[in-house]
Amino acid sequence: MGKKIAVETQDLTKRYDGVTVVDRLNLHVAENEVFGLLGPNGAGKTTTILMLLGLTEPASGSARVFGFDSTREPLKVKRLAGYLPEKVGFYDNLTARENLKFIARLNNISDAESHHLIEQVLQAVGIADMADVAVGKFSRGMKQRLGIADVVVKKPKIAFLDEPTAGLDPEGINQILDLIVSLPQTGTTVVLSSHRLYEVQRVCHSIGILSKGKMVVEGSLDELGREALTEGRYRIEVETAEVSPRLIKVINKIAGVRKVETKGNLLQITTDSDLRSEIAKVIVQSDAPLIQMKIQEFSVDDIYMRYFHEG
Amino acid sequence: MITILRKELADYFTSIRCFILFLLVLLASAGGLYAASQGIRGAGSETGFVFLKLFTTSGEAIPSLVIFIALFVPIIGIALGFDAINSEHSSGTLNRILSQPVYRDNVINGKFLAGLFTLSIMMGATMLIVSGFGLRMIGVPPTAEEIMRLFIYLVFTIIYGAFWMGLAILFSILFRRIAVSLLSSIAIWLFFGFFWVSLIVPVIAKTTEASLMLQRLSPGTLFGEATTVLLLPIWRGAGLLTAGEELSYMIPNPLSLTQSLLLVWPHLTTLISLTAICFGISYVVFMRQEIRAT
Repeated sequence: MGKKIAVETQDLTKRYDGVTVVDRLNLHVAENEVFGLLGPNGAGKTTTILMLLGLTEPASGSARVFGFDSTREPLKVKRLAGYLPEKVGFYDNLTARENLKFIARLNNISDAESHHLIEQVLQAVGIADMADVAVGKFSRGMKQRLGIADVVVKKPKIAFLDEPTAGLDPEGINQILDLIVSLPQTGTTVVLSSHRLYEVQRVCHSIGILSKGKMVVEGSLDELGREALTEGRYRIEVETAEVSPRLIKVINKIAGVRKVETKGNLLQITTDSDLRSEIAKVIVQSDAPLIQMKIQEFSVDDIYMRYFHEG
Repeated sequence: MITILRKELADYFTSIRCFILFLLVLLASAGGLYAASQGIRGAGSETGFVFLKLFTTSGEAIPSLVIFIALFVPIIGIALGFDAINSEHSSGTLNRILSQPVYRDNVINGKFLAGLFTLSIMMGATMLIVSGFGLRMIGVPPTAEEIMRLFIYLVFTIIYGAFWMGLAILFSILFRRIAVSLLSSIAIWLFFGFFWVSLIVPVIAKTTEASLMLQRLSPGTLFGEATTVLLLPIWRGAGLLTAGEELSYMIPNPLSLTQSLLLVWPHLTTLISLTAICFGISYVVFMRQEIRAT
């Protein structure tokens, strides 16, 4: 794709007490994309993120974030990276604003500069009205929002979000997902881990599925989806008033059409590429009223389930 | 590190814990002063050092200020350190802090320094308050030597407190549970403060010398001896200078400041090295401790 690589790991391995948690993982995340790390509990998602941040040392292999070795130059990585832990916590006796200010100071952002910035991010995550309330009084969801603010306030080049929407209400989820989608536009690459597949589908460009510490599959969402459902082909559904054998014959003649199946008034056409306009033209020309046509969508669910049964 | 130090200090000074400790210290000072006011008239002033008597005189039922301080300093030290690291762990803030561009040692250095700072302020304030009230009470100003002795005593208390704080911080790194780290610090304090000196040593030590040696393994004994030498110049420590039998033949004559200092020098270095050892172990363990998933 010619895009710059933000995260790259090479045979990254981690063992805890003899148990291999992450097993020769090779991960690639392009710059300015949202990458979803999926997998069941205990697949090694969090451990992978910890190693990428240089908080945990790998047993073997290496991890690079924007070219910096996470194990040897953790400070340089930490300067670029924001991290939202799975169980995010704040100093309960400080207010939201003070907590963020502390983080800004640790990142060498001057108070004058951070003042404005903090206002902005609190607004963005929807807790501006709670800015001067001690965090001890916050609900789980509000802490989660503050956690996102805490990542964004340092304007990271890459954000590692471990279950960013855990504990949020539906409105909060939407708000946070919108925020995540907007991050690449301001130059922040996002790596997030999640169990909620529909969220991943909404925000991620690429995904990697982990199982027992191994990468099962990695790639862009589009490709993987088609791969999972139809072996890389498109499936187009057409509903017409009546299906005549002549129509099927005509459609079959379009270059790239592989198979046409009928189910009552429904035609299921398997193609090599997106041939919707060609098909529509043929149907209209054959005088059969076209009621609706849609390209079959795939969901991350399908991908996940499929690779899961294999893995 | 300054940022962490500042935050920790702000935390200490706004916490209820610190408020309670300050209250305790105030009460102790008041108690000590009251004891002194009861006893100081009876105490002979033939040896001078009237001002020091403010600190060392006990009343009929109330112990002297130095005994109060010897009791409270470990408690203050432990209270300042017992949850330094594991509370950050359990509240989930440690991961967040460590993922910021700061060296890991800055976190622990900042915490230790902030504790030391708080401790110094507390003990310094106590000494000043007692001196101030004492001056009004007895009307005898301290001599230069007395001021020096009190200052050295203050340094001793701070180092003694720092030792307990270092120990408590060590436990707070070793144990994830706050209750466990608190109890283990208190257990060590009780063990050395009471059981070791009054139960175990008398049983296992055959000679007086051996008993003294063993007793000095307890930081409390070291501090107690140093206090006595510094604040009671007239006192000849058993085993410090002379064997017990010769004591009765001695003419009561106060030691000079330099002589006193010579006597407590080993105590000072031992306490400092104990503190350094505690801090050193904490440091190494903390630097190597892994941040784990879950």
